[in-house]
Amino acid sequence: MLNERFSDRRQRLLRLKVMREGGRLPSSSRIDAPAIFEQCPACGEAVSKRQWADQLYVCPHCGHHRPIGAYQRLALTLDSGTFQELNDGMCASNPLDFDGYDDKLEGLRRRTGLSEAVVTAKGRIGGWPAVVAVMDGRFLMGSMGVAVGEKVALAADTARKAKLPLVIFCASGGARMQEGILSLMQMAKTAEAITRFQQAGGLYIACLTHPTTGGVTASFASLGDITLAEPKALIGFAGPRVIEQTIGQKLPEGFQRSEYLEEHGFMDAVVPRGQMKSTLMQLLRLHAKGGARRG
Amino acid sequence: MAELHTPAEKVALARHAGRPGTADYIKALFTDFFEQKGDRLCGEDAGILGGIAMFHGRPVTVIGHRKGRNLEENTRCNFGMPSPEGYRKAQRLMRQADKFGRPIITFIDTPGAYPGLEAEAHGQGEAIARSLAVMSELNVPLIAVVTGEGGSGGALALAMGNTVLMLENAIYSVLSPEGFASILWKDSTRSAEACDVMKLTAQDLEQLGIIDGIIPEPPEGAHANPAAMFDAVDAALQKALRQADRISDPAAHRHKKFRTMGSAFLQEPGKDLF
Repeated sequence: MLNERFSDRRQRLLRLKVMREGGRLPSSSRIDAPAIFEQCPACGEAVSKRQWADQLYVCPHCGHHRPIGAYQRLALTLDSGTFQELNDGMCASNPLDFDGYDDKLEGLRRRTGLSEAVVTAKGRIGGWPAVVAVMDGRFLMGSMGVAVGEKVALAADTARKAKLPLVIFCASGGARMQEGILSLMQMAKTAEAITRFQQAGGLYIACLTHPTTGGVTASFASLGDITLAEPKALIGFAGPRVIEQTIGQKLPEGFQRSEYLEEHGFMDAVVPRGQMKSTLMQLLRLHAKGGARRG
Repeated sequence: MAELHTPAEKVALARHAGRPGTADYIKALFTDFFEQKGDRLCGEDAGILGGIAMFHGRPVTVIGHRKGRNLEENTRCNFGMPSPEGYRKAQRLMRQADKFGRPIITFIDTPGAYPGLEAEAHGQGEAIARSLAVMSELNVPLIAVVTGEGGSGGALALAMGNTVLMLENAIYSVLSPEGFASILWKDSTRSAEACDVMKLTAQDLEQLGIIDGIIPEPPEGAHANPAAMFDAVDAALQKALRQADRISDPAAHRHKKFRTMGSAFLQEPGKDLF
């Protein structure tokens, strides 16, 4: 009884957070008139808002995966009523006293309802308990500063201590410039925490979404025991513009996309958004000790 | 230590063509150097130089970025911008050092990992990430010396040291000042301004707790008097090695060190913004 009430409250909280970030969950959009359309940014076809929500923000015409907010991703991934956020208020001050950075952070916090560019949580995926971290590209391009590095490292620590699998949905422009060298050090911190977790026998599934680049690619995003990606996500170390400037030629079509990485041996599977949860469930089942559900 | 140079001047000194590089330090400070080539997967990258050598009678593994001394060498070494093959070679050498119980000494001097088409196709991001993972696990001490440019992830990939030292006029940053200005202000000509705000000098980084010590340079910079520079680096390395020998668990020591980087700036203000 008490458990049910907690579960209800958790689900209501997550729904509120999804609404706060302007997203909608499938078949929850009764208030939307079906006639409000939004163009697909890839193919230009008009798609109704309700349809966007029902299709998990994947274009029904061309399959383009639109970026979604962190809470929306959690709502799509975790079982109803199991979401428990970890370290939700954690953020960093302005370590280099960078001009205008405080105001920028304040504005973003107001606009997105996020305190930082990653949300970490405990929950269940098809009944399997797990620690899940989700990066959000709306918050300074999902860039990694001290707070993001700390939250990811803490998520790995939590998973290690509780003997739970760890799933991270990556989406990041890389290290956060405004925090300078301290951002660079978060690559060491996160890689270290993930390695400790893996040494202790933990399963880490990295799900790369559009875009995953720079210091995040060069640290925890590339260290998964299993690496998955959404279709056509841009994944790389250097950005395409920098590469074009360096080599002085146009890059081939599809370069640094999920399928390209799969072809080059850096990806286990490219998984469409609609199959991501079932794929995670399959992987968690395959890693369960003695085939039993833990937790 | 008196500030002899502005941050922008230090950037110029750190990139000076005559500044001693990894090959010079190896030649001057070590004996019996045996170079180890290749990543045992697909290639050899001259942008990273590494091998086994004696340091004051003790075998060590030494690895560093190599920029090259003349145009021909520069081209062969890609101006010290490594490819994934270079990082994977470094991983191989580090694992071997771990196996044979040799301390590791690294020299950092790179504008950054090479942002090229082939480097991406071969997994530049994975190579750097794996290097960080490998360094997390080493049971031998690692001492890193930033001798010139410590450019971003390409530098960090050799620099997760129990001790990280910097030469007085070396720099270490998340991105080149030009790249920083171009990303944040859309204007790469404002790089001198970027040098001032980025906190990339050895003095700033020591204050931020990123590095453990500064090795003084001759007044005009390392290139003006390489012999004096070699002596100073030699003394600093001997001291760092003596200290590292007293660490009972180098992996745990590195964990503690890097796990808390930036923690002083963390806060948890309002729990929720609703």
